[in-house]
Amino acid sequence: MSTAEDDHTTRRDFIYYATAGAGAVITGASVWPLVNQMNPSADVLALASIRQDVSAVEPGMQLTVLWQGKPVFIRHRTGSEIAEAQAQDAEAAEFIDGFARNENLEATADASDANRVMPSPEGEADGAWIVQMGVCTHLGCVPLGDGAGDFGGWFCPCHGSHYDLAGRIRKGPAPENLPVPPARWVDATTIELG
Amino acid sequence: MFRKLTLTAAVTLGLASGSAYAAGSEAHVEDFDFSFEGPFGSYDTNQLQRGLQIYTEVCSSCHGLKFVAFRTLHDEGGPHLPEDQMRAYAEYYEVFDEALFDGEGDFRTATPADHFPESNDPNAPDLSLMAKARAGFHGPYGTGINQLTRGMGGPEYIASLLNGYHEAPSCAPEDFDGYYNTTFAAGGYPDECKGDHGEHLYPGSWIAMAPPLYDDQLEFNDGHAADVEHMAQDVAAFLMWTAEPKMMARKQAGLTGVIFLTVLSVLLYLTNKRLWAPHKAAAKRKD
Amino acid sequence: MGGIPHDHYEPKSNAEKWLESRLPVIGLIYGTLMIPTPKNLNWMWIWGIVLAFTLVLQIATGVVLVMHYTPHVEMAFSSVEHCMRDVNSCHMIRYFHMNGASLFFVAVYAHMFRGLYYGSYKAPREVTWIIGMLIFLLMMATGFLGYVLPWGQMSFHGTAVITGLFGAIPFIGESLQTWLLGASAVGQPALNRFFSLHYLLPFVIAALVIVHIWAFHTTGNNNPTGVEVRRGSKEEAEKDTLPFWPYFVIKDLFALSVILTVFVAIVGFMPNFLGHPDNYIEANALVTPAHIVPEWYFLPFYAILRAFDNTVWVVIFAEWISFGIIDAKFFGVLAMFGAIAVMALVPWLDTSSTRSGRYRPMFKWWFAILCVDFIVLMWAGAMPAEGIYPIIALIGATYWFAYFLVILPLLGVIEKPMTPPATIEDDFNAHYGQTAASDNSAASPAE
Repeated sequence: MSTAEDDHTTRRDFIYYATAGAGAVITGASVWPLVNQMNPSADVLALASIRQDVSAVEPGMQLTVLWQGKPVFIRHRTGSEIAEAQAQDAEAAEFIDGFARNENLEATADASDANRVMPSPEGEADGAWIVQMGVCTHLGCVPLGDGAGDFGGWFCPCHGSHYDLAGRIRKGPAPENLPVPPARWVDATTIELG
Repeated sequence: MFRKLTLTAAVTLGLASGSAYAAGSEAHVEDFDFSFEGPFGSYDTNQLQRGLQIYTEVCSSCHGLKFVAFRTLHDEGGPHLPEDQMRAYAEYYEVFDEALFDGEGDFRTATPADHFPESNDPNAPDLSLMAKARAGFHGPYGTGINQLTRGMGGPEYIASLLNGYHEAPSCAPEDFDGYYNTTFAAGGYPDECKGDHGEHLYPGSWIAMAPPLYDDQLEFNDGHAADVEHMAQDVAAFLMWTAEPKMMARKQAGLTGVIFLTVLSVLLYLTNKRLWAPHKAAAKRKD
Repeated sequence: MGGIPHDHYEPKSNAEKWLESRLPVIGLIYGTLMIPTPKNLNWMWIWGIVLAFTLVLQIATGVVLVMHYTPHVEMAFSSVEHCMRDVNSCHMIRYFHMNGASLFFVAVYAHMFRGLYYGSYKAPREVTWIIGMLIFLLMMATGFLGYVLPWGQMSFHGTAVITGLFGAIPFIGESLQTWLLGASAVGQPALNRFFSLHYLLPFVIAALVIVHIWAFHTTGNNNPTGVEVRRGSKEEAEKDTLPFWPYFVIKDLFALSVILTVFVAIVGFMPNFLGHPDNYIEANALVTPAHIVPEWYFLPFYAILRAFDNTVWVVIFAEWISFGIIDAKFFGVLAMFGAIAVMALVPWLDTSSTRSGRYRPMFKWWFAILCVDFIVLMWAGAMPAEGIYPIIALIGATYWFAYFLVILPLLGVIEKPMTPPATIEDDFNAHYGQTAASDNSAASPAE
């Protein structure tokens, strides 16, 4: 076989491979949108994060807002509630769930009151605001608030789960503390969830 | 972005007496030069923001934009308002939320996730898709060539309509319903202005909407001229965006596709040629 | 598969033998891909691949669009808008689907007219042709059903008009129309069932496409000369043919790639050019659009439908002789479906013994007029039914029927055809021998 023929073969092979490669790239690029369309759409993503004005929530009041189809409890705790919740930290040995379940913190954070509450805006006592999902970790009922239950926090009427003032499960069938969703202060009176 | 020349021409033509239209009584649509025409055209952010302002201060009192979400005002390739301005803009509106008040529903301040309200006036059509719904002058003779070669479409129609208010021809009775507009074809038309065979002697017809724009009606932050001609184009451009918010993404995808497929076509051509070469050479020898 | 002698698949490894004795799928694929194909096929033989691709494109994009569509009169329009505005890439997917319908019909018309010119419908390929006509009918049904789904003004009022065609049938028409719509007027029942059928029919089309391919793989492809492949021995057949893979696959893919470049440019830069703007207005039963115009691919047949009004003497005669059963409305419907029916019957209407139009000097001209006629009808269908246009449509419709019912049968008798080359090999060699200087096209150019 002469060198000229070798060259010819190489060039032919190159064009065949280049064509096959280009065809594969274009096919791949056209299939991707058909896959990507199943990801959440812009309107769904827009609801992934909502802002809530809490300026009207006085100490001792609780606001329930709907976020991603689930209720979220936003509680403005009074000074005595804060003190009681912090005092309950001492019973850590009895906690059913020892983790904070706070999406804003590490997964390993312990269930102290400080790890459950939101950082307070300027001029308010630490632990004044607690934001948590209003969904019982047992079977998904919505717990009752305003000091319900044996521990002064929330009580799930479905199967009798008692949560304390920091939303920690203390008694009953629920396995975990009420989850704390991603939340942050946008300004002194607005909380952003998600 | 705009061609004042075209505008002047439009106005001159529009103001000219009926004799200019004696030959044809079809409604008149002017060809404006929008920034988003052609394969490489893109929306002019400032123009869309001005259009939004005009919509808000003028059109929105009657017309809705029910398919447009406030959050999209922040989108790139659109009016691209800064996020805080977009949020503030949404809060300007109230929407009805069925979930409130124990399921009976109540009004609340709008959030970015909400849509613009529907039309207030049942006779005022929703404007969300108007720029696509009014692209229908496939002239000349139904061939669609104007749309193809000059990018004539819905925004041209809207801008022409807003520019198309003129003094009614003298043949019309004083108390004829509506406002004479040279672009609007679907409105009332007085018998007095029809010819012997029922043909319209003047272009356009009488529209129910009062002239919505007047010179220096509002002031733009960017100091842009606020005369009717410019405002009409600004709001037409904005309505093109509300109708086709993904136009920039679409053109980019189209361009990428065309480039890739051209390359693939060339490669396939070469492959095909090489593949067949021995058989064609054999044919040559045998002949 | 097929009557042309060629190599068959022989399983080599044990695994292949194991599978082949249980399910001969590799053999089937081999036989389909390696089918001996006349080597003189020109550029009009690419449309089959384009059609197959478009069917896949429409099914793939369609299945995706269904994920975001709600077949409810209150929500259909806004679900489409939601898709266009908020769902990832959905605006492109929908525009591909919308314009894909147009690509489908461009390709199918090119495919059909190619068949009409080169006599691809003639014996022994009648069954291929008839199945093709069935596919064409189903495509029209699917295209129409799909156009209803966005629930715009044209969707809504177009549905009323098209189902009204069935309502024109004497005696049973009204109950037939009610049965189609599930109500006395277009509404929720119609939308829901049209959605179901729009999803179903493409799969029926896909099944018929398989039968279509099976049929012409049995008879072998026609080719520009209309001369059959020699089948005396494998060696003889191989002089006339080349295997489908890779020669024709690559050639067809090149053509497909060029066509897709144009298609993507249309989708990217002017996706609404071929659609009617009124369909961006939500359906409203109280307001009828000024002109109800179907999509462009229905226009030639729509023009034939409208051409026969009650001033045409044929219509008056038909009404008189049928004691008023066939009125102008029903006559129009008959004419429209008749225009398709005469096309389906062309294998028996064409009496010429010469297959390819290339060797029929008189036929060529009549066929050229038919092509022009088709375009003129398309244009007349788009124009309002007033003034000169109904007359143009009537002349066009008359020629359409005259071509199939009068001209084709007569031509076979009076025309003196030229002599086609003896073999496909001769045609191929003659072509590339003569044009050796400009040896840059893969096959002979289209006529």
